[in-house]
Amino acid sequence: MNAPAIEVADVSKRFRIYRDKPTSLKQRVLSSRSRAEDFWALRGVALDVGEGSTFGLIGHNGSGKTTLLKCVAGILRPTSGTIRQRGRLAALLELGAGFHPELTGRENVYLNASFLGLSRRQTDAAFDDIVAFAELEDFIDNEVKFYSSGMLVRLGFAVAVHVKPDVLLIDEVLAVGDEAFQAKCLDRVRAFQREGRTIVLVTHALDTVIEICDRAAMLHHGELHAIGMPADVVREMRYVLLGVTDPNFVPEEGTREAEIAEVQIVRPNGSSEGAILRGDPLTIVIDVRQNEPLDDLDVDFAVLDGATNHAVLDARTSRADLDLGRFEKKRVRFRIEAFPYEPGKYWVTVGLSNRTTGHLYHVQTQRYLFEVFDAPRVQERVEVPVAVEVEDL
Amino acid sequence: MAAPTQTVERTSESPHLRVGERLRILAAHREILANLVRKELKVKYAASVLGAVWSVLNPLVYLAVFSFVAKVLGAGIPNYPVYLLSGLLAWNLFSASMGSGARAVLDNANLVKKVAFAREILPLAAVGVGLVDFALQSAVLLLYVIVSGYGLHLPELALWPLAFVTLLVLTVALTLWFSALNVRYRDVEHLLNIALLVWFWATPIVYAEFQVQDLAEGGRGTWLGIPRLALYLLNPMVDVVAGFHRALYGTVTPIGSPEPVLFDKSLAWVAGILTITLIVSLVGVRFAWGYFFSRSGDFAEEL
Repeated sequence: MNAPAIEVADVSKRFRIYRDKPTSLKQRVLSSRSRAEDFWALRGVALDVGEGSTFGLIGHNGSGKTTLLKCVAGILRPTSGTIRQRGRLAALLELGAGFHPELTGRENVYLNASFLGLSRRQTDAAFDDIVAFAELEDFIDNEVKFYSSGMLVRLGFAVAVHVKPDVLLIDEVLAVGDEAFQAKCLDRVRAFQREGRTIVLVTHALDTVIEICDRAAMLHHGELHAIGMPADVVREMRYVLLGVTDPNFVPEEGTREAEIAEVQIVRPNGSSEGAILRGDPLTIVIDVRQNEPLDDLDVDFAVLDGATNHAVLDARTSRADLDLGRFEKKRVRFRIEAFPYEPGKYWVTVGLSNRTTGHLYHVQTQRYLFEVFDAPRVQERVEVPVAVEVEDL
Repeated sequence: MAAPTQTVERTSESPHLRVGERLRILAAHREILANLVRKELKVKYAASVLGAVWSVLNPLVYLAVFSFVAKVLGAGIPNYPVYLLSGLLAWNLFSASMGSGARAVLDNANLVKKVAFAREILPLAAVGVGLVDFALQSAVLLLYVIVSGYGLHLPELALWPLAFVTLLVLTVALTLWFSALNVRYRDVEHLLNIALLVWFWATPIVYAEFQVQDLAEGGRGTWLGIPRLALYLLNPMVDVVAGFHRALYGTVTPIGSPEPVLFDKSLAWVAGILTITLIVSLVGVRFAWGYFFSRSGDFAEEL
């Protein structure tokens, strides 16, 4: 590995939480110190980011990812520890930070670009590209207070990707815009990678981490919980989010008296591949094999939102009061009449267990994936009660 | 991209200001400064029909009001508009920069929390906006001096650059200090507003310099052994304004005036008090900057 572009050595960050923060002399004199409470956003975090590598930083909300990024960027000062960083740095903590509503798109591009370290001449040279990237040719001389939020975000990202720093810190800004714009943004990140720039990416989109990062780390309550290959760290992250306390995560576990032979997620067209639309029916087909005769076998599944890793849906045969009995091979179909959730990626966990003892025979955690798109919104006519009143005037 | 690879180390220590290094960083960020000044000006006059004319209107109205007041009160300063404006413009730069500079960090909280850049730029941009107004208003004054036939006084005019630099350094020092202080103690801006009001009348802008000299040197000229005029000169704005008066108003005792208007001292004396003020202000900038810099690491948390 190359010399590290960022070395984080034993960094801790303490925030003082004041019940009511003294911001005037009077309050400062009158209030006692005991009102302050300490909150450690980071505790003894140590990691290196190799030059030219892409590093993913994951963790649930409040785990300290953004605090760490702000410490590296120099916005916050660590309470203890040292951060060493080589090369020119640009931090995208928020798209369009510093956009001013009274200025036009053009003026905001120049202002924003200077914050990210572009000179006027560099911005001049990149200006047409920026506008084209943001697809805002017709609006660039309008004041941004007339922009939609989507337009603002596109303009912010367009400026950001034209910055050419050695080290780029990105906080959760890739998850903006529509599908096509996101793809365009990811293309830019890949171009940065090819140019040998160092990227630190904070994101909730775990699939993105696996897809584009060389290494990843997971923060948990301010501590470094895992670091290593993205796939491993992401698996660990999913595991922690599921609330399971066993740290030795395995995607598959169980004693295998019964086994999951095959799982298919059958879409409405009968195929087990491709995306579904929101509101479409979905069938989860689980083929189960018993390797030895078992009583009280329970088959269950759970669907987890790929963005948050929260379980949004689950079902089990025992809840439907189905006794599978002893068998060699059986097929269980869970029919979801209409999948109601937001567009996005969803993981399916499938498990076989004993309905009375809870003993796990075979579990495949977040092994299967399907994707949901938004159905075209054609409003259907429904019966809406309408009251009619007439009065004399 | 061609810049040599520099290593930045961030520790828990309050950063210690190294002036040379910091100046290089500020120079690298000058684009932000220019853009922020441009933004402030644009926003200040956004959706106003007259735009920057308002900035020029302000001294004109002052001029009208104070000329009238002077006539009524019989202050007896010949060519009062020139006297008033030459001091007032310097004061406007000073007070406007401090007033908006004190709020600079607070008003840009969103930037401070989200963007990494040299924080000094925020109060400096407030001074920059003040400078633009100062330039516009100076143009009005220059026009008046020429059109009215008052004219420029040559040897005295040479004092102007020194007076201007002293004013600028003093303003930067106090603006830096107040903007850092105001993040922690929000009282500061209220205190500042009152202080500026007192300060204005403690500075010979509306009244004649000589009136103070006359009072100070009449009777017992000392207080605890210190000349009372020297105490008055401790107010750095007195020295700065005296410099601007001497440079632009020019004559100590105008023709037709029974007594002097400006301090009845030599040109070298004025240059001397300006130089002392400049040196003190330079030291002040160093300390105010050091204070601002060491506190700036915590701004993002305190907002």
